[in-house]
Amino acid sequence: MAHVENGSETRRNFLYIATAGFGTVTAGAAVWPLVDQMNPSADVQAASQIRVDVSDVPVGTQLTVLFLGKPVFIRHRTEEEIADARSVDVADLTIDAMSRNENNPDTDASDENRSMIDFSGNNTGEWLLMEGVCTHLGCVPIGEGAGDFGGWFCPCHGSHYDTSGRIRRGPAPENLPIPLAEFVDETTILLG
Amino acid sequence: MFAKLAKSTLVAAAMTVAAAPAFAAGGAGYVENYNFSWQGPFGRFDQNQLQRGLQVYTEVCAGCHGLQYVPLRTLADEGGPGLTEDEVRAYIDQNFIEVWDDDLQDWRTATPNDHFPGSMLENAPDLSLMAKARTGFSGPYGLGITPLFNGLGGPEYIASLLTHYTGTEREEFGAVLYGNETFSGGYIAMAPPLWDDAVEYNDGTEATVEQMALDVSAFLMWTAEPHLMARKQMGFTAIIMLGILSVLLYLTNKQLWAPVKARAKGESSPAE
Amino acid sequence: MSGIPHDHYEPKANWEKGLAKRLPIVGLIYDTIMIPTPKNLNWMWIWGIVLTFCLVMQIITGVILVMHYTPHVDMAFASVEHIMRNVNGGWAIRYIHQNGASLFFVAVYLHIFRGLYYGSYKAPREITWIIGMLIYVLMMGTAFMGYVLPWGQMSFWGATVITGLFGAIPFIGEGIQTWLLGGPAVDNATLNRFLSLHYLLPFVILGMVVLHIWAFHTTGNNNPTGVEVRRTSKKEAEADTLPFWPYFVIKDLFALAVILVAFFAIVGFMPNYLGHPDNYIEANPMVTPAHIVPEWYFLPFYAVLRAFDSEVWIVIFFNFISGGIIDAAFFGVVAMFGAIVVMALAPWLDTSSVRSGRYRPMFKWWFWLFIVNFFVLMWVGARPAEGIYPYIALIGSAYWFAYFLVILPLLGVIEKPLPQPETIEEDFNAHYGKDDGTGGSSAAAPTPAE
Repeated sequence: MAHVENGSETRRNFLYIATAGFGTVTAGAAVWPLVDQMNPSADVQAASQIRVDVSDVPVGTQLTVLFLGKPVFIRHRTEEEIADARSVDVADLTIDAMSRNENNPDTDASDENRSMIDFSGNNTGEWLLMEGVCTHLGCVPIGEGAGDFGGWFCPCHGSHYDTSGRIRRGPAPENLPIPLAEFVDETTILLG
Repeated sequence: MFAKLAKSTLVAAAMTVAAAPAFAAGGAGYVENYNFSWQGPFGRFDQNQLQRGLQVYTEVCAGCHGLQYVPLRTLADEGGPGLTEDEVRAYIDQNFIEVWDDDLQDWRTATPNDHFPGSMLENAPDLSLMAKARTGFSGPYGLGITPLFNGLGGPEYIASLLTHYTGTEREEFGAVLYGNETFSGGYIAMAPPLWDDAVEYNDGTEATVEQMALDVSAFLMWTAEPHLMARKQMGFTAIIMLGILSVLLYLTNKQLWAPVKARAKGESSPAE
Repeated sequence: MSGIPHDHYEPKANWEKGLAKRLPIVGLIYDTIMIPTPKNLNWMWIWGIVLTFCLVMQIITGVILVMHYTPHVDMAFASVEHIMRNVNGGWAIRYIHQNGASLFFVAVYLHIFRGLYYGSYKAPREITWIIGMLIYVLMMGTAFMGYVLPWGQMSFWGATVITGLFGAIPFIGEGIQTWLLGGPAVDNATLNRFLSLHYLLPFVILGMVVLHIWAFHTTGNNNPTGVEVRRTSKKEAEADTLPFWPYFVIKDLFALAVILVAFFAIVGFMPNYLGHPDNYIEANPMVTPAHIVPEWYFLPFYAVLRAFDSEVWIVIFFNFISGGIIDAAFFGVVAMFGAIVVMALAPWLDTSSVRSGRYRPMFKWWFWLFIVNFFVLMWVGARPAEGIYPYIALIGSAYWFAYFLVILPLLGVIEKPLPQPETIEEDFNAHYGKDDGTGGSSAAAPTPAE
């Protein structure tokens, strides 16, 4: 502004600063929508909660649903599997002793901390729900009692998970993670 | 300076008005200029009216027409009919809304993230965008001046169409056509869909034909432009911010040029 | 750069000198921003900034829309609805892009009219003018292809009709049309290539804009008097000019802010006013809308296209001497493109030695008639081609051609221009020298154009 001469210096400076400042604010306000549009759109956000009907899942089988682009295993466990899972001493879980359960954050990996609470509030261990993504490099583990511990087995690099989805042997560093989920009636699970 | 600016603006404005070609089309008949709650710069949707309109749509229109671009979950959106999420699920259950699932290769019960079903009949158009796909006001002489004052008149067109059946009938190629003052050509294939008390409003409003027509038109305006209220708000914010910025820039500009113009005054004697 | 003597960038600090030796970018920007600009520029010299802003705004919003758009005939319309309903603020971005095209054309027409009135196209600024005309044609192509993308009824049928123009060319027309469409009719292939080109052309325009600015920075700006800036000494040049920053940047930004208030009033409160309602109906190759109307900015040329039907004597004449090869359809196409070509040739058709319309008493009348005629053509372009409208369109088209081909060449010979000020400084001082603001001399008084 070298060409401006005489006049009240302070008033002029204030005007210039106010104009520049407000211009910046206006430009900034215009930029936010341009950034925000890349956040998940309403339909994607709405898909971050799904309801799963488990009334047709018999004991000893597993329902796999696609949730947020990843498979989620919902296992209706047998008495035997429950007993197996609950008999493990947490001290034996040398690879990962945390529950990795978003519903029970910062708890140890005992089966009671991983299995689902049913609609009446009992944790019978009947239902186990977790993301079906190996914590090693993201493959989908094979279920139906696969692996040395009767739970899941990841064919990519040989990780063995037990009947509670806990890593027992192999390169995977963590137990299979459990997303937010709850029973909203006797047979419906709300995921997310 | 302002006079010049005003003139440029006027030419620009003339261009904008002359620019409204759309209204040469239309060809609609009589459209009554109803008042709706969302009209005017401060207008908002009337939530109760949208809920009544949803009821009319569900009980009357949905038999033939569809809303294939409208996600069911948006019934719970802010600025819309404002149902709760449980009410949306109940709405789906009560109306047995099913969608075709490509993965299952079968029909399944809709979830809130699915859309309303499409039209049931070949010749019943989808209503999602009808309030924007029709205009009620145009002209005069293709100049597009009337819509500047009355709006484009999409919902008015729908309401007028529903209330201005003449009662006459005509048969053409084996199909019955019904006389209608609003529909272009004067005869429409849709039989008069509304009669007094065709629905029983949950909120106890008396269900006259006009009331139902206005309610469903309001609902269809919402389906066509669900973010209408947010849009007006953005318009306001932008205008206020840019208005302040204009004033500041005007003052800055004046300040900046003042010495230059003062010098011109000093040297205005013809001899240089 | 401009040939107008002025201060150049002098690197001071060591790093500045080092950078200037390797990449003189600071000097380039400095010379561009600080370019000496005639100080008497009036409010019609703001459209350049508005246009630059429009181009940037359209590119940014357009790039965003492509993130959410699906170019497939089955999904395009639904994906636009997805943008309008689900994407965060998508409705705002889409409405801004849609109405931004209109703002773009309002600005470009006023920019062109400014050039026509003040003789900005005349030597030595012919190249600036020609590049500007090319930008304008590219803009029309870009806008046309963009209008097809939402895949509404008017998108589809507009594309059908406009590509049909090429089909009217004798012998090779059908081949060209098929090549443009990628098939016998507008379909998925057309939609995909239109998206590709709609994305590409704005960047070509951006490059052309750089050339446009480069060209007029070389010759210097025109100004309302049409009198050149004095270049004999730096002192004289400085008496005629002011640096672009901050004097004209702030002035232009003020104008831009005022224009954007109006723009956001339209986006916020009547975003569909300038659109066509039929475009909210998904494209249907089986049903043609009652009236196919292009977007408003094409209407004057659409009127020219339709004006020449097979009953107009000149069409009959050409049809006869060409042995039927030139039919009404082809003649209309030639006339439409010809209307733009004659405008581009204005620098060589205008014979007057005086640049600015301010000092051309007869020219003024013909110019304002040209502007009125432009609006008449725009209006008649949207009316159905029946009754009196084709006659109005024919008269309007005739005047358009007469203005460039007859009036501009003749006026230079028969018109006696008014005296012009000696210098820009004199004009500026005459204008601002008195308190009543009426100007010092009659020559420098504000004309209706300002």
